[in-house]
Amino acid sequence: MSSTAVVEPRRVRASGDRAATALSLGFVTLFLMVMVALPIAALVWEAKSDGAQSFWDAVTSPQALAALKLTLGAAAIVALLNAVLGTMTAWVLVRDDFRGKAAVNAIIDLPFALPTIVAGLTLLALYGPASPVGINVAYTRTAIVLAMMFVTLPFVVRTVQPVLRELDTELEEAAHSLGASQTTTFRRVVFPNLLPGILSGVALAFAKAVGEFGALVIITGNIPYKSEVSSVYIFGRIESGDSAAAAAAAVVLLAISFATLLSIGVLRHFATRHDRA
Amino acid sequence: MRSRVQRLGLRSVVLAYLAVILVGPLGIVFYRTFEDGFGPAWDALTTPETIHAFKLTLIITAIAVPVNTVFGIVCGLAIVRRKFPGKGVLNAFIDLPLALSPVVVGLALFLLYGAEGWFGGWLDDHGIQVLFALPSMVIATIFVSLPFVAREVIPTLREIGDEQEQAARTLGASGWQTFWSITLPSIRWAVIYGVILTTARCLGEYGAVAVVSGRLQGQTETATLRVQERWESFDLAGAYAISIALATVAILVLVAMTVIRPREEAH
Repeated sequence: MSSTAVVEPRRVRASGDRAATALSLGFVTLFLMVMVALPIAALVWEAKSDGAQSFWDAVTSPQALAALKLTLGAAAIVALLNAVLGTMTAWVLVRDDFRGKAAVNAIIDLPFALPTIVAGLTLLALYGPASPVGINVAYTRTAIVLAMMFVTLPFVVRTVQPVLRELDTELEEAAHSLGASQTTTFRRVVFPNLLPGILSGVALAFAKAVGEFGALVIITGNIPYKSEVSSVYIFGRIESGDSAAAAAAAVVLLAISFATLLSIGVLRHFATRHDRA
Repeated sequence: MRSRVQRLGLRSVVLAYLAVILVGPLGIVFYRTFEDGFGPAWDALTTPETIHAFKLTLIITAIAVPVNTVFGIVCGLAIVRRKFPGKGVLNAFIDLPLALSPVVVGLALFLLYGAEGWFGGWLDDHGIQVLFALPSMVIATIFVSLPFVAREVIPTLREIGDEQEQAARTLGASGWQTFWSITLPSIRWAVIYGVILTTARCLGEYGAVAVVSGRLQGQTETATLRVQERWESFDLAGAYAISIALATVAILVLVAMTVIRPREEAH
């Protein structure tokens, strides 16, 4: 083999590769800068433009604080409900077998596909003033939890399902044959394996619930101090031209989003380290 | 015997949960829409304002989906196949639109492109209308649907590895040729799956567009904004009809996802 014939194109290719790397990275970075980073910078700039004191005053104004507390409380309840019901749903979809299971599995993703404003409207149709089943939760805090549950339903199911599918049933059978009860087997063998999936699903669901707007705007009635969540409060501030207050509350939601993403990143890190061990 | 009871119990709880949260509400709206037959629903859907709203939604989707598809593929390739500092930051950063409230996204764009925003003065001087017009609505939609293609492409690229790509390169194929005839065909189902998710998200976007569009009837009103406008005008039939049209698209999306998922996972 002639060495020049092999080396030459490779050198050309290496510089071509570097150019391609630079080009694609440049494109991705520029796109994210213009589309994502710049607007967020403008938001943070607006929030801090009148100084730290007025930022703090805006964040802790009674109406903003009431909305934030309500949002976080409802999202926490929804995250907890998702942890339990989502894991149960994933379990049934993987381990159980019945007619129509494929359809049930497909329907899980409905909240991803359905516009959130439509979700709010449909919930109001069944659980609002004109409810055919006689349940009316419109404009209450129950409605907030209900709407958040709708939009977050797929997260835990879809993070737990693949883990459960990969999980070897031999481990469970071994635990059984060694005399462990079903509850013990679940608690000691299955649950530890599912935990990273459950937690990252819960974190995503929490972030989604905190930021949800479309599904809540119709069914909650947006009554300040009673059923007004943070996103709706921000929208109201924008509509009334008070962008400083809107930006302050938005920065708080932004910080919560960052914290959630960070904790998911940490979770992923530990989950993969567990795999390697 | 006991385990059978447990299994049936668990199955019933899960099915009841899905019925209460998902199927019931959507079912009742389907029923209410077609209670008086197909005619009224069709009439409500074909008013000029509603047709305009659907057209606008389609225009925005037709711009945002290709942009995010190209971005998603390039971004996925960069993250999986290239080595560079700050990769972890980039990887985390593209998830931000998934975790951020659409209203916050809308407000951020409002503050950037608005009259008093950073770009507002310059845009105004040059007579370019971004806020309360199509450009800001497209940008908002691109923002909220940004990660879907990348998130589908990344795991598939990791899984297929780069042996075939390297083989092609060794045989003398250029980077571009390798991409078109090796990489893209092997990630095609992931790309299609991502495109479907992106499309669904674009069609359904509400919060961010509600902020930047100004909700001008017959001008900057998308299908989802129209649902709310109809509902606020006490036109329940109209709101339901548009909702059902959007829900039908959502159900088609679910069908497409169900068909494509096994193919994507096969890779």
